[in-house]
Amino acid sequence: MDIVYTIWLRSVKRYLRSKSRIIGSLGMPLFLMLVLGFGLDSVVQIPGMEEGYMDFIIPGIVAMSVLFTSVFSGIQIIWDKQFGFLKATLVAPVSRLEIMIGQTLGGATAAVIQGLILMVLVLLIGLHPVSIAGFLIAVGFMALIGVTFTALGIAIASRMEDMHGFQLIMNFIVFVIFGLSGALFPIDGLPDYIRPLTLADPLTYGVEGIRYGLSGIAQVHPFTCLAVMASCAVLMIVVGAYLFRKIQS
Amino acid sequence: MTRSSASPQTTNPTPAIEVCNLTKSFGNFVAVDNISFSIARGEIFGLLGPNGAGKTTTISMLSTIQKPTSGTAMINGHDVVAEEDAVRKSIGIVFQDQSLDEELTAYENMDFHGRLYRIPGEVRRKRIGELLALVGLEDRKDDFVKTYSGGMRRRLEIARGLLHEPKVLFLDEPTLGLDPQTRNHLWEYIARLNEEKGITIILTTHYMEEADRLCDRIAIIDHGAIVVLDTAENLKNSIGGDVVTITSPDPDAIAGLLTAPWVSSIEQHDGLVTIHLQEADRHIPGIVTAIHQNGIGITSLSVRKPTLEDVFLHYTGRTIREGGATGKEAMRMIYRARGG
Repeated sequence: MDIVYTIWLRSVKRYLRSKSRIIGSLGMPLFLMLVLGFGLDSVVQIPGMEEGYMDFIIPGIVAMSVLFTSVFSGIQIIWDKQFGFLKATLVAPVSRLEIMIGQTLGGATAAVIQGLILMVLVLLIGLHPVSIAGFLIAVGFMALIGVTFTALGIAIASRMEDMHGFQLIMNFIVFVIFGLSGALFPIDGLPDYIRPLTLADPLTYGVEGIRYGLSGIAQVHPFTCLAVMASCAVLMIVVGAYLFRKIQS
Repeated sequence: MTRSSASPQTTNPTPAIEVCNLTKSFGNFVAVDNISFSIARGEIFGLLGPNGAGKTTTISMLSTIQKPTSGTAMINGHDVVAEEDAVRKSIGIVFQDQSLDEELTAYENMDFHGRLYRIPGEVRRKRIGELLALVGLEDRKDDFVKTYSGGMRRRLEIARGLLHEPKVLFLDEPTLGLDPQTRNHLWEYIARLNEEKGITIILTTHYMEEADRLCDRIAIIDHGAIVVLDTAENLKNSIGGDVVTITSPDPDAIAGLLTAPWVSSIEQHDGLVTIHLQEADRHIPGIVTAIHQNGIGITSLSVRKPTLEDVFLHYTGRTIREGGATGKEAMRMIYRARGG
């Protein structure tokens, strides 16, 4: 546990110190929220939801922010590899599982903090406040998204030589995960050939979970969301830990 | 400068490091070829060779970073494959490439390391303070490592390597890329460490002077194999008493000319003829006369005692500086970069 804490602590410290990263990562979600939220608010009518489109996509955008931050945190292992720091860690008498779990929890923590900053900003823009319980449910789902996708980032980083493949991963994995999830559109209205893809995307359940917490309305039952997200988190930790075991420093 | 104390190898029954037929290959390529040696406790042992000779691969296997293809190695009585964790607890390592977290302060880097080795808080804080003072970084301990110079980073890495009080310290090219003054400083520091704390030190280098000055014994390693292993003094004595070097427009002719029995060996290289012989002062007139009689010019001539450079040239047929220039060795570098 000490070791997990040690790795976690370093990870979180690094995140909190990278002010430009924290602020820079807020740009895209805020932009999407303003453009899509305000821009389409009067046009789009979500069936079964009396609030506007803005309220509908806020959970989706929060989930996106958590997703991006966590994948990025996981992939940062490549920098540790390139700067030699990973080698110094791997030669210490600690198990790789401990290192991997510490890194995952650190990345998830950073991702949740990033999501919370965004939520606070959203409150300023005008989201109506939610109940404490609802807020905690949302944070819980953010944490599960964080763990799942930091572990995915670590799994990818374990197989990558350097940062050259980074754009490839962002475009073909992260954007696809985000795009297919129900972050920006309701699942119920989808054509039959896209619906299965959306339902196969783990982020869909994370988004729906956060949406349930923030607005009390979700198209997937919150328990289903919890079961799927929790399973995905466990599965990705197992896959990530397996691949990280074989990492070459 | 060389410390001429004889190796204490035979006095201690369990050596600090015992390597037996260690081999590492990548596909068809053999990076480390069946090497064996033993290092006594408290010894400073040098692996000297050109870039890509297999030094770092050897260190990687001894420090459990890479698994040997065959052969065994024991560190502090523990097998590097079967008892990975015990080996890791016994060793400290300073890598060839920097391995600090630049976004953390010096103190935080040390603290991170101390926690990884499960050193209790009280002891950890005390030791970090002592070690940072020892390497002269006390007053900069709360500065980010990214603001540090190369020499300061090196010193911090050495301090970090000592934090868990290892029995054996690996230094992979400890002074690579440092200016001469810092290098001197580090040498003094390493020698003092070895004397005061009795830590066994194994270092790799391609600086002759470094090996000469610091190491009790030196293994010259080339193309993955140990060519020769002895004290610096014995190595230098082994190639004959004096060295005469002649530069000439026609080195081949000179090499062919000097066949007298008092010439122990003769090598020519880049227009430079190197002659190893006993009692050079007596034979120089003879050498000069012989060359002149054959109508060959001499650009310059010098006489000196042999250095490790000559030893290296003698045993490998190349100077250490041109090591790494051949295609084969470039391959070795690539494999090493990939493998570890």
